[in-house]
Amino acid sequence: MIPENRPHVAYDEIIKLVEPQSTVLDLGCGDGELLQRLWQERGCRGRGVEIDEGHIRTCIGKGISVFQGDLDQGLADHETHAYEYVILNQTLQMVHRPDRLLREMIRVGRNVIIGFPNFGYYLNRLQLLFRGRMPVTGTLPYQWYETPNIHLCTLRDFRNLCADLNIHVKTEAASHKGKPISPVAANLFATEVCFLLVDSLKSI
Amino acid sequence: MSVEEDRESELGVVAPHYFEFGSQNDGLTLDSGQILGPVRICYESYGTLNADASNAILLLHAFSGDAHAAGYHSSDDRHPGWWHSMVGPGRPFDTDRYFIICSNVLGGCQGSTGPGSVNPETGDRYGLGFPVITIHDMVKAQVRLMDHLGIQKLLAVAGGSMGGMQALEWASRYSSRVHGAIVLASTSRLSAQGIAFNAVGRNAIMSDPRFRDGRYYEGESPTRGLAIARMVGHITYLSDESMRMKFGRRLQDRDSMDFSFADQFEVESYLEYKGGTFVDRFDANSYIYLSKAIDYFDMETTHGSLENAFATTSSKFLILSFSSDWLYPPYQSREIVRALMRKQKDVSYCEISSPYGHDSFLLETERQAPMIQAFLSTLTQDHALDGTP
Repeated sequence: MIPENRPHVAYDEIIKLVEPQSTVLDLGCGDGELLQRLWQERGCRGRGVEIDEGHIRTCIGKGISVFQGDLDQGLADHETHAYEYVILNQTLQMVHRPDRLLREMIRVGRNVIIGFPNFGYYLNRLQLLFRGRMPVTGTLPYQWYETPNIHLCTLRDFRNLCADLNIHVKTEAASHKGKPISPVAANLFATEVCFLLVDSLKSI
Repeated sequence: MSVEEDRESELGVVAPHYFEFGSQNDGLTLDSGQILGPVRICYESYGTLNADASNAILLLHAFSGDAHAAGYHSSDDRHPGWWHSMVGPGRPFDTDRYFIICSNVLGGCQGSTGPGSVNPETGDRYGLGFPVITIHDMVKAQVRLMDHLGIQKLLAVAGGSMGGMQALEWASRYSSRVHGAIVLASTSRLSAQGIAFNAVGRNAIMSDPRFRDGRYYEGESPTRGLAIARMVGHITYLSDESMRMKFGRRLQDRDSMDFSFADQFEVESYLEYKGGTFVDRFDANSYIYLSKAIDYFDMETTHGSLENAFATTSSKFLILSFSSDWLYPPYQSREIVRALMRKQKDVSYCEISSPYGHDSFLLETERQAPMIQAFLSTLTQDHALDGTP
């Protein structure tokens, strides 16, 4: 499910959002680079969930606890509120039911961090408008027939989903190729977005 | 590769060693309350123990295994040890780096004290008078062996199936003496299905007229019953897919069925062969004792819950299961992993997709080797960092 060349974006963005010494579950942790940096830079104890055997091997070699699991099957193996942070980076758009996974993440983590490519980025819109073709860009480098991104959404779509699910947005960080973008213009100009979310009931 | 060539890069000829204890009021207190002594443990070792005794790895064999994990017993021996593909120079259990030990379990019949041993009180073989032993009892004997070898803390314990049960016991009860536990195709308690197959095996042995309540050592042994027990066992070690790939519906030594009972499918002759060779190396009484020890093993009941079993463990875990293993199915490994995660323990888990059934842990060397190698190397690094042997 996770392509080899998934862009390693937004690690800095995510690391900034995580409190030092906290516990972290990284969903779709790939080769474990983010967990390793969270350990080195924040002293966080982490665990990864990954489906690919090769990535699992790499994580084990880095001394990272990794659990083989398929995100499309939910997070039933994980206890409620088991982690201070549950992270899903560049993977939301690849799962069969992003809404269900989001709800599961809110159950398992006190905080949820989600990073994904913003489909509302103006170049995507222009490609569709003027060329009449599915966008292919630096952050979305796949042809329509081979893309693992089956549920792309815009920043605004995601905000709406959070509202529908009673999820409170604590922080929203939008960027264009690594440079910050004001929230007002973000849906049009951000290539990447990163959200820090909590359960609305818990945030009161 | 010929045996000779293979041997070049291998451990070559190895020999078993024996350790005896328990003859002077230092017998082994078993879970049943009985005290067993003297006890003899057969073991083999490969590689060299380093100066601070911090590079030792204990391999834990499965039901019918023995202390002979790797190498050959003589220069014309054609059968290497049971985990030969994983143990040796440059292999995951790298004898250039680690000191590898493997001992025959208590209750076994391949060098260690078991029901076939002579009871010093009577001068006769124990037979069914041998005390009932548990997986924990096997581990207690291994702990004594480690004391004897001067190994305070093992870098790792590793085993599949019944060996995995022992690894779990080590990590649960003796975690101060185990840095890492590698648990392959195993469970914290055998399923009802597993117990059922063991019961059929025991019944086959005990129904053999030669069994005579286990007192067969002076005469003919219950080879037919034992062979049938082994045939049942082999069915449970394979899978529908592996049997289809290996045998299909092919007939042995003929092209078509001639509607006689002499017809033999390949799978039948495979089971016959496996049953036949097994009786030459295994004792029927040991089959009964060891299968019972597996049936009794239940960490949930023993400790109240699986979380309790691992509440105080400081060991790290690598747990691997195999997709087609229906005897020790992946969900049982995941239960262990979930309990460890709930207790915030250091655990990694992978379900390796493999068609070979329970046997996968002995066959899927290429898939599991890199993970075991990676896990062991992090244990070595940990040791270098914290400096505690």
